[in-house]
Amino acid sequence: MRKFIPFLIAVAGTVLAATVMAKDVTLLNASYDPTRELYRDINSAFAAQWKAQHGDSVTIQMSHGGSGKQARSVVDGLPADVVTLALAYDIDALADRGLVARDWQKRLPENASPYTSAIVFLVRKGNPKGIKDWADLVRPGVQVVTPNPKSSGGARWNFLAAWGYALKQPGGNEAKAKAYVQELYKHVPVLDTGARGATNTFAQRGIGDVLIAWENEALLAQRQLGKDKFEIVVPSVTILAEPPVSVVDANAEKHGTRAVADAYVQFLYSPQGQEIAAKNYYRPRAQDVAARYASQFPATHTFTINEVFGDWRQAQAKFFAEGAIFDQLGAGN
Amino acid sequence: MRRRVLPGFGISFGYALTYLGLIVLLPLAALAWKATGIGLHGLIHLLSGPRTLAALRLSLLGAVMAASINAVVGLLVGWVLVRYRFPGRRLFDALVDLPFALPTAVAGIALTTLYAPNGWLGRWLEPLGIKVAYTPVGVLVAMVFVGFPFVVRTLQPVLASLERDVEEAAESLGAQRWQTFFRVILPMLAPTLLTGFALALARAVGEYGSVIFIAGNIPMKSEIAPLLIVQKLEQFDYAGAAALGVALLLLSFVLLVIVSLLQRWSNRWAERAA
Repeated sequence: MRKFIPFLIAVAGTVLAATVMAKDVTLLNASYDPTRELYRDINSAFAAQWKAQHGDSVTIQMSHGGSGKQARSVVDGLPADVVTLALAYDIDALADRGLVARDWQKRLPENASPYTSAIVFLVRKGNPKGIKDWADLVRPGVQVVTPNPKSSGGARWNFLAAWGYALKQPGGNEAKAKAYVQELYKHVPVLDTGARGATNTFAQRGIGDVLIAWENEALLAQRQLGKDKFEIVVPSVTILAEPPVSVVDANAEKHGTRAVADAYVQFLYSPQGQEIAAKNYYRPRAQDVAARYASQFPATHTFTINEVFGDWRQAQAKFFAEGAIFDQLGAGN
Repeated sequence: MRRRVLPGFGISFGYALTYLGLIVLLPLAALAWKATGIGLHGLIHLLSGPRTLAALRLSLLGAVMAASINAVVGLLVGWVLVRYRFPGRRLFDALVDLPFALPTAVAGIALTTLYAPNGWLGRWLEPLGIKVAYTPVGVLVAMVFVGFPFVVRTLQPVLASLERDVEEAAESLGAQRWQTFFRVILPMLAPTLLTGFALALARAVGEYGSVIFIAGNIPMKSEIAPLLIVQKLEQFDYAGAAALGVALLLLSFVLLVIVSLLQRWSNRWAERAA
């Protein structure tokens, strides 16, 4: 027995030291689908920085899924400390249910979107149909692949990009925008439920001449499927997609993770976080990082949702709610 | 009193009821309760919308057609597997269960890969003007695929217990082959065939995972009812989604009641034939 005593003391000491010196913190980040690679890099960089500054190890668990589905999971009790979703409407839904502060979008810089993307076109190699801008998508014989905006948050940005383009043409007005978008959706042979499904339909099934996509997904698809197969076309004017992030206040308070969750979302704005976003094909907000990646992100005229549509709640009610404009279009051909 | 295998009627019955209540009735009650949020007016408005009607029609009609195809082909396959001995029979028999085991998304992607215009089968069908993937036909194909095992598996034990001397007796009494089939064999099989039909039907009505990949999901054309439910959820319209779910459930229930009435009638037919 006696020779066990030093051993027991050593074990107890180690355990005690570990609990005193370093707390193990776990964060759960509920994100949307195409951010897997981005947050894998962000998480390891943030964990290293937090460890260096505070001595605690942070483990960040990820949950990925469609943006709307992720928001519903959090509403139904998924204990996410942080949400990083595709559109503000989904975080608004959390705010409506008291999980996130009402002013969440004002708590962080840049509308709480640390990185952005643009809506662009992916076309087949050599651009056989000569697609250069939105107007080319409604030429006879051109088929367009884009997911259903009613079931895909990401695809709502595509819809709004097309609407905004038509609105900004000389003499553009609401009626002309509606006519253009109606014509556009007549050129859509398959309305997939989500962005990944649409990419699959376009790239693997060979359907359509143009895929309307987020720039980061187009770049990722191009890298994964081969530069010799697809080209990216950036239209003359497009929407700046602003995927937002927020701490889920109710859950972070309950878990006692407020400080680390706040640091985590702020890390996304740091030079290192911006660099990682750019590496993962998201347009960084920081000018100096953007300048270094200028060749990856061609300059184009962009408009934001706030400039043209007010905000997401208004856009949702006007275009995508039951019986709203999208339902009136009679999409499909 | 005869000894029963299970202890006490009271315990067994109570357990069975509790279990059914927890596993089946509780979720359904929750669904119905959520659906009340929409109100009667909202429900009528929802169900009379042309898009909802088109989606319900596609889901129900597609499921009835798929189950009918499965009933005919499943009977044939079951018959072959039970009645004939041939090399590879066990392998074929095991293959029947594959649609059960495959995750539905995998099934959907596999079917789309086959039937897309650039797919293995689709590329030969395309020049003939036959489009399967991204049309209502694709929906039907996926529904047939997921429902197929139900008919075969319900029929097999009954087919195995069919006594051959009944057929021989019919033959010796001068019956033609078709007479033996339609007046002797089919009446005996009909109740079981209808059970398989009902199972395949129920599965196809609610199928989402595999159908979604092969349907084009175009409103009014190739949009199934479960997809409308998902779209409502995407707008955080829980009540509307639940209401549509209840409507789908009730319509399926009506179909199943019709099937069970047919079954009763076919039982009498079977008795007359025997």
